Amino acid sequence: MKKITSKIYIAAVFIFLYAPIFVLIANSFNKSKSRTVWTGFTLDWYTKLFNNEVILKSLLNTLIVAAIASIVSTILGTAAAIGIYNMKKITRSLVINITYIPIMNSEMVTGVSLMLLFVALNINLSFMTLIFAHITFCVPYVILNVLPKLRQMNRNLYDAALDLGCNPFQAFRHVVIPEIMPGIVTGFLMSITYSIDDFVISYFTHGSTSQTLPITIYSMTRRKVSPEVNALSAIIFVVVLVILLIMNLSDIRRTSPKKKKRVKEKQS
Amino acid sequence: MDKNKIIELRDITMEYEGEQVLKGINLEIHDKEFVTLLGPSGCGKTTTLRIVGGFITPDSGDVFFGGKRVNDLPPYKRPVNTVFQKYALFPHLNVFENVAFGLRLKHTPESEVARRVGEMLEIVDLKGFDRRGVNQLSGGQQQRIAIARALINNPKVLLLDEPLGALDLKLRKEMQIELKKIQQRMEITFIYVTHDQEEALTMSDTVVVMKDGTIQQIGTPQDIYNEPKNAFVADFIGESNILPGIMHRDYLVEFAGNNFDCVDAGFEPMEPVDVVIRPEDISIVPASDEVLNGVVENVQFKGVHYEIIVRAYSDTWVIHSTKAPEVGSIVGITLTPEDIHIMKKSDVEKVNYFKSESESEGSSIEQEI
Repeated sequence: MKKITSKIYIAAVFIFLYAPIFVLIANSFNKSKSRTVWTGFTLDWYTKLFNNEVILKSLLNTLIVAAIASIVSTILGTAAAIGIYNMKKITRSLVINITYIPIMNSEMVTGVSLMLLFVALNINLSFMTLIFAHITFCVPYVILNVLPKLRQMNRNLYDAALDLGCNPFQAFRHVVIPEIMPGIVTGFLMSITYSIDDFVISYFTHGSTSQTLPITIYSMTRRKVSPEVNALSAIIFVVVLVILLIMNLSDIRRTSPKKKKRVKEKQS
Repeated sequence: MDKNKIIELRDITMEYEGEQVLKGINLEIHDKEFVTLLGPSGCGKTTTLRIVGGFITPDSGDVFFGGKRVNDLPPYKRPVNTVFQKYALFPHLNVFENVAFGLRLKHTPESEVARRVGEMLEIVDLKGFDRRGVNQLSGGQQQRIAIARALINNPKVLLLDEPLGALDLKLRKEMQIELKKIQQRMEITFIYVTHDQEEALTMSDTVVVMKDGTIQQIGTPQDIYNEPKNAFVADFIGESNILPGIMHRDYLVEFAGNNFDCVDAGFEPMEPVDVVIRPEDISIVPASDEVLNGVVENVQFKGVHYEIIVRAYSDTWVIHSTKAPEVGSIVGITLTPEDIHIMKKSDVEKVNYFKSESESEGSSIEQEI
């Protein structure tokens, strides 16, 4: 009895979570512009979507901004994390807390204050300001992912590299970077995700020619929800799903051979 | 042994977070010597090793390698390699790449890398482990890889920072012998840091006993054990009975209510001293008027010998013997003049301080002094 209730409960949770998305996907194939009547299957909205230059342009913008912002903030964040790690105790905890502020802070406040800053400095809102803004909110995520990896690292590893003939730069490249790589990758992926996803901060800092996808979608839905948006959302959903599947599968493949080996060793 | 001096430390001092961890270290290390820095935790032995390795620069004083001052030479330019505490193997590399690390940095041809890594793995008895990940190895195996990784660079001096600390007793003993063998086979200098006095006595040519940032005594294991310079050394190296005494004149000392002949001289008449006696040097004989008599308070079996606690006069004596007297019985204690070591009084309080920390046997003795 308990089992049945728990299954029903889980089903309810999943329906609640995913029903809207499936309604949206279904509607993206609906001939009718109305969301309530099904008048037949069509791929028209997808064709229209791929002919809509505004959407394609803002998709490209989004990808460029995400790529540049995440790469730059990964480099800056990693360097900052290493600097913070080597600080004295008091300065370290001070700087870490300062790093937390952009994450805790309301996006609205960050967005408005960045816009005011650019205006005050007489910088026209453009592609550049958008990228700057994205780097600002991505860097803390990288720092907070890299720092724990540095803390986990055996402090002697760096000394060992020097001892074996590395100069500080080589020690960093051959030993420290591989050690903290998982943190760097996670920080990078989080940066990409947040950058692509961001609406609020982008809204305040983008220029007239640098609209990102979330902003375009927002402005399209302001009049009425065009079925093209359904098609676009469906594509984004499928892409994300595929990426997640790939990540999980490679994770399973990476961990399973080791497990087998360990079992074999135990048996022998 | 070749008495070629290859490393010299001169008046090294070091302060760390407001605490003086080294207070003027002077040390000479010779070619092909096995030197052990021995002392309780916090005595400055690891700091000294790290100064030799170049990981820290001393506040004052000089480090010489082969007569050249190297204070500011970074670790990667020194002809030394280190086996770190807990090994510090690179987790992202397999066994082969860990050992090959130093050679790769020097752009050694691939065929030579393969050959030398193979040789090295054979020396440390880990042939065929090339492709294993280092985290798949046991503590003892990781230890050997750390040694191989350091030795493959042909250092003149190998620094070892408590390398056996994480191993169990049996493995420790095996590795002690192994390390000594490797040192003799490679014909290089080892500087070994440990807090384990037995380890130091087993392996070393020279033992440097340290305490509170100063060197207490430098000598061969035999010297250190048989002729400790002060009560601290006597107590740290093996077990000791340390009793208060008065030096009446040369070769005559009073303690435990009796006068004893001894072999020490050069003290002021009636100078208070510490009398140090090794537990295994004391003989138990039937009680009589001619000897010091005491009551057996406790007997413990320790494997090779019994540890017997005897209360005689106002002192508690620790005695090692292969025969166990009955608890509560009265026995006699005899000593030969050679068994009695007379020490200057100055260090007693520091010994007490250390003993209460380490909680080793016989701490009740010191507390009575």
